[in-house]
Amino acid sequence: MQDLVQRAVDTAVALGATYADARIVHQRQQNILVRNSALETLEETESLGIGVRVVVDGAWGFSSSHLLTPHEIDHVVAEAVRIARASARVQKQAVRLGPPVTSRGFYQTPIQEDPFAVPLEEKVALLLQADAAMRRVEGVRITLSKMAAMREHKVFANSEGALTEQVLYESGGGIQALAVGNGDVQQRSYPGLFAQQQVTGGFEHVRSLDLVGNAERIAHEAVELLHAPVAPSGTFDVIIDSTQLALQVHESCGHPIELDRVFGTEAAFAGTSFLTPDKLYTLRYGSEVVNIVADATAPLGLGTFGWDDEGVPAQRVDIVRNGRFVGYLTSRETAQHLHDLVPNAPPTSNGTMRADGWNRIPLIRMTNINLEPGTWRLEDLIADTEHGLYLEMNRSWSIDDKRLNFQFGVEVCREIKNGQLGQLYKNANYTGITPEFWNACDAVCNADHWTLWGVTNCGKGQPMQLSHVGHGAAPARFRGIRVFGTQ
Amino acid sequence: MLNESTLRDLAHAVLHASRADETEVVLLATHARLTRFANNEIHQNVAEHNLEVRIRVVKEKRVGIAIGNGATREAVLKTLEQAETLAATTPPTPDWPGLPHDPRPTPETLTWSDATAEATPETRADLVGSVCRTADAAGQVASGALETNTQALYIANSHGVERYVPRTVASFVTVVMSDTGSGYAAGAHRDLHAIPIANLGREAVETATCSRNPIDLEPGVYDVVLDAYAVADILSFVCSLGFSGQAFAEGRSFVSGKLGEQVLGENITIIDDGLSPDGLPLPIDFEGVVRQQLPLVENGVARAVAWDSRWAARAGTESTGHALPAPNWWGPVPLHPHLAPGETPRDALMRHVERGLYITRFNYTRTVNPGRVIVTGLTRDGAFLIENGEIVAPIKNLRFTQSYVEALQNVVALSRERRTLASFGTVGAMKVPAAVIRNFTFTGKTQF
Repeated sequence: MQDLVQRAVDTAVALGATYADARIVHQRQQNILVRNSALETLEETESLGIGVRVVVDGAWGFSSSHLLTPHEIDHVVAEAVRIARASARVQKQAVRLGPPVTSRGFYQTPIQEDPFAVPLEEKVALLLQADAAMRRVEGVRITLSKMAAMREHKVFANSEGALTEQVLYESGGGIQALAVGNGDVQQRSYPGLFAQQQVTGGFEHVRSLDLVGNAERIAHEAVELLHAPVAPSGTFDVIIDSTQLALQVHESCGHPIELDRVFGTEAAFAGTSFLTPDKLYTLRYGSEVVNIVADATAPLGLGTFGWDDEGVPAQRVDIVRNGRFVGYLTSRETAQHLHDLVPNAPPTSNGTMRADGWNRIPLIRMTNINLEPGTWRLEDLIADTEHGLYLEMNRSWSIDDKRLNFQFGVEVCREIKNGQLGQLYKNANYTGITPEFWNACDAVCNADHWTLWGVTNCGKGQPMQLSHVGHGAAPARFRGIRVFGTQ
Repeated sequence: MLNESTLRDLAHAVLHASRADETEVVLLATHARLTRFANNEIHQNVAEHNLEVRIRVVKEKRVGIAIGNGATREAVLKTLEQAETLAATTPPTPDWPGLPHDPRPTPETLTWSDATAEATPETRADLVGSVCRTADAAGQVASGALETNTQALYIANSHGVERYVPRTVASFVTVVMSDTGSGYAAGAHRDLHAIPIANLGREAVETATCSRNPIDLEPGVYDVVLDAYAVADILSFVCSLGFSGQAFAEGRSFVSGKLGEQVLGENITIIDDGLSPDGLPLPIDFEGVVRQQLPLVENGVARAVAWDSRWAARAGTESTGHALPAPNWWGPVPLHPHLAPGETPRDALMRHVERGLYITRFNYTRTVNPGRVIVTGLTRDGAFLIENGEIVAPIKNLRFTQSYVEALQNVVALSRERRTLASFGTVGAMKVPAAVIRNFTFTGKTQF
């Protein structure tokens, strides 16, 4: 693999590229889904290929192929060079990448148990067991149990001397029960967002989820929701659980700090950002208790790796410190541009450029965007809340294209009255404006309640790429939030 | 591009070598090229050459699926071996209906365009360059993407199904931003020349001009004129959540148990037409079954839902040729919904509105309640206040939370013109008119 990526880079330079990089990626994925007592999906996917990115005449070109013969690689490089020259026809500013990147080394996700070495029979049996436990509950109509495993082996080289090799493992699983009746559908998911918790790690993580032990509970809760009243509407103090808060961080912090969005290069698809450069170091994004970091070094995070796809080492950087907005997710190119506008901003990338395969260019992607733990125990926080709502687990999500106005629906809503959890409600939604919302946060629970959740469906780019990212969060309280129920 | 005989040889090698009771091979060769622009310049410009090899084997009702991307005989046989290993180690699927048989010939429809297939990086650069220059001249900023793809789909199974469909895909989208406004335009077709890219660029620039300096408007219930881009979002949700055989069979669809009943307004007729050459036709599904031209709704009455072979067997009916690649979570889905046009000229639609809103498109729409197809999202790239049948001011974007089913029960007029827009990425395409809809519920507002 190293010979081939080096050949691609050398050929590109020989054809006139002032910068070139090449990545060979070999992905293996396994997905298992049990649906309504039957094995619905047992699928293994392998994908192998090379992507070559070049700068010629100051403009970008990229081509990729699943064929790894020397002849095909030469063809791909020549096509990337031709494409870059075509890009230069509609070019205003030449690409600037800043200081060279010369990383070299090997990184592998630490695992105890290779997820691909665990017998399929064992995995399927575990899912069938969880499914059976859910289906024992009367009123449950649809049940889903799933597992996923991924191994990605990639080799990267650039024309500045970088040469890195990485082997990344992911393992995950989850369950979901749906109750259907009277034109209504209610769902409960476990353990995390989108009925899944996936990490960079081995199968030991899946064993620790205890899917079977939680199956009956969530099935009962789905049925209970079907008969629950619709959530009340009004302004409430809310405590948001860590799963939902993870998605809140993703949508209202993770995306708007992507510097490519800020500079308009995602405008046609995902949108732009309200966090314009004039707000860096000045905007009060949240209250004093809000601290958010981008941490590509956090153990188990789906945004954890050795180097990004520009060869820049994984880093931990501040995004929001004591409520103040202090950092973006950057690339080599955008960091240069930001530094021109805000001289205090670092001129070098903080290592967030990732592609979802050999056939895609790297984009600025979230690493692990984590809300740091606070000081509260959850029991104390509930006891401290006289009248409010406890909101748990995402059911729907939407946010505007600058990431200001958001609306989330949750699976579970419980009344908090005189410091105690009470009545269960269904179909609760909450909505707000991003900085107003984070400034309304007055308490974050401590590290005992903090979990680093995985999100595997973060879409961005044209052609679309799906990124795997992480979000650590603990339950937190927000004062005066607008909540409403839908029929 | 891998030609028909090469793909046939690979497929036959798999069928010949398979030791399973049933075997299916789906080969999708792709040469995809996309030129992306922002800030009035090209900033991303990419090409991809790939062959997806999807093999499904069944032995004693045990199903295994393996996917690879190797192009040699050895590589596809390795993928076969992987599928067989998976099938051998899994429990049987008791209601496995068998892979489909379909002796009908592949319907003849135009799926190919030389103009799309032969488009070069220079062709794409010049086309998007014209949009960038138009925006630049107006003091605005254009972004967007133009893709020109060629595909070859080869499907064979051990029951004699054998299909080859070469296909081209062209798709264009642009967002143009002025200082305080924005505009949008898009189009998709098998033939690049059928997409009026320069006109679409001008349309987006004009909307970006008109939407400058928007005023604040309180959320509430308004009559709306929706451009086809916004109607396409409604059509997409209603079809995927309501007219999937899987959702129907599981009782999750708003038409479950209601075929033959009035479910939408009398002026709503939807046909799923994967054969129409005016779009992105795909005459077969991903099991090799002929795609039916399927009337989903006639004058508001639910007539049919989409089926693949597995969900059809479970429901005691026949596949309609709407299978997605196996395995998938969604079940069978209509990929080519066409909403029948009305008789009102597009420019005259606003006359139906005394006080309401004109909306270009919706953004970031997500399901709040799948059973009633309640969706939330925001307006984007041009929203305007209408008074006495005329636009009087641009407005800041609003959030809606609205049942799309109820929206299609409240349509009072449809335009006679329709747009052709991509659907499910660019797997399918839909044809959509603009619409006037009463009582659309807006629940929030944003700051721009």
